[in-house]
Amino acid sequence: MNNEKRENREIILAGFGGQGILFAGKLLAYFGLLGGREVSWLPSYGPEMRGGTANCSVCISDKPIGSPLVTEPNILIVMNNPSYDKFINAVAPDGLAIVDSSLVEGRSDRNDISCVYVPATEMANENDLRGMANIILVGRLIKETGIASAELIRKALEKIIPSSKKQLVEFNMKAIQLGMNS
Amino acid sequence: MERNLMKGNEALAEAAIRAGCKCFFGYPITPQTEISAYMAKRMPKVGGVFLQAESEVAAINMVYGCASSGIRCMTSSSSPGISLKSEGVSYIAGSDLPCVIINVMRGGPGLGGIQPSQSDYWQATRALGHGDFQVLVYAPSTVQEMADYVTKAFDMADKFRMPALILADGLLGQMMEPVTFADGEIKMSDASGKPWATCGHGNKRPHNIVNSLYLQAEELEYHNVERFKRYEQVKAECPEAESYLADDADIVVAAYGSTARLARSAVDAARSRGIKAGLVRPITLWPFPDKQIKAACANAKRVLVTEMSMGQMVDDIKLAIECRLPVSFFGRTGGVIPKPSEILAQIVTLDEELKGE
Repeated sequence: MNNEKRENREIILAGFGGQGILFAGKLLAYFGLLGGREVSWLPSYGPEMRGGTANCSVCISDKPIGSPLVTEPNILIVMNNPSYDKFINAVAPDGLAIVDSSLVEGRSDRNDISCVYVPATEMANENDLRGMANIILVGRLIKETGIASAELIRKALEKIIPSSKKQLVEFNMKAIQLGMNS
Repeated sequence: MERNLMKGNEALAEAAIRAGCKCFFGYPITPQTEISAYMAKRMPKVGGVFLQAESEVAAINMVYGCASSGIRCMTSSSSPGISLKSEGVSYIAGSDLPCVIINVMRGGPGLGGIQPSQSDYWQATRALGHGDFQVLVYAPSTVQEMADYVTKAFDMADKFRMPALILADGLLGQMMEPVTFADGEIKMSDASGKPWATCGHGNKRPHNIVNSLYLQAEELEYHNVERFKRYEQVKAECPEAESYLADDADIVVAAYGSTARLARSAVDAARSRGIKAGLVRPITLWPFPDKQIKAACANAKRVLVTEMSMGQMVDDIKLAIECRLPVSFFGRTGGVIPKPSEILAQIVTLDEELKGE
């Protein structure tokens, strides 16, 4: 039914609390869930969440998931400097890092992984999508990996956005498109 | 059936309501607060009671009172909070009442930390309070099992008139995974089928008394002996374990709860290297599934116990296999989650030892 690529994904999303890290992770988990696959989503819940860094692990697989805690991600989405420093060298060989280059200063010299730099926060601000840099990065992830079909993206958004805030679905779709065209 | 993506804590709370839990008495503590939060939101909508008590001690004593009336009720906490509840648990067990208690474990002792741990195994299986008693202990390993075993815990608690404990940990409580619930109307429990309940008698029968105080030694002894006769039935009926690739395994890893899923990944990785590894996972920690463990280790040459503790289950495993095999231990503690690769390294070391023999 869906034409998304059925690969094993071990994903870390990381940034500041308030950037929508956990929400973006949830969106990815729903791509897997609605695609009929095994998924897990695990947030960091340490005291560092208060104004500090937030991160979450998402696994998508065709087999039951062993460890929901990802330590060597094959996909990293990163939205601040401390998280970039913490996780960029943990990315598995042949993995993919998607970096919000509006906020992250570092550029990786690893040549065994692909690094994609997207000025997502600037793009969000320029397009009246303030606070949706996270979704722009998810859009870019879809472009790079084919992790979700167009049909699945809308279905997942409709599932996780409460019906009282329905108008947000279209804003999120716009952010995804921006990311996919970046 | 629809697959829902839910946190372990939320799935457990929803399943408890569907199992007929009418009253929930809580007090917040990380990493189980989502249970209370979910109950606060959902209970009023289904005609149940959510009450945030002034302390853990108050909450468990509210459970004591509620359970006396034959209503299905529950409380939840995390490690330090469970210690506070232990006096009440002992009273409930001494009064032969059913209830369900949730422990979403975090690192200890003392206030410890808030990250996942399994260091309350001894407390859960040996001494969740003073006196001659046990509680049923279920150790789920997935979010689906968080839901499934809370249902079972209510049924078995009622059947054997004893407290049942779900021993989970911060990892299972906080993670989201797909979970399904059986369809069906939510029916709150009442005291029917519980002739001992203090639920009003309308002058149609002698009144019931719920009590754990017996000043006559012989009388107290009688009640304790009767309780332990019931435990024999529990031991015959309730033990549960799962084994995975254990039949032909040289090395069997024994792990429960969230550590079992990490160990399963390590076993898969070992198999792909040609090492005959398997897994046995106790699902009930009391009664301990001795027979199932022994059968799973029948062809093994080494047993490796892994836990998020300093090794609290090791003795139970040794007893289950009647000390026939060398048992080694690998654990992380204090809230550190072991990596499957670390468990794999232990399996590889044992395999090399075996080859050297």
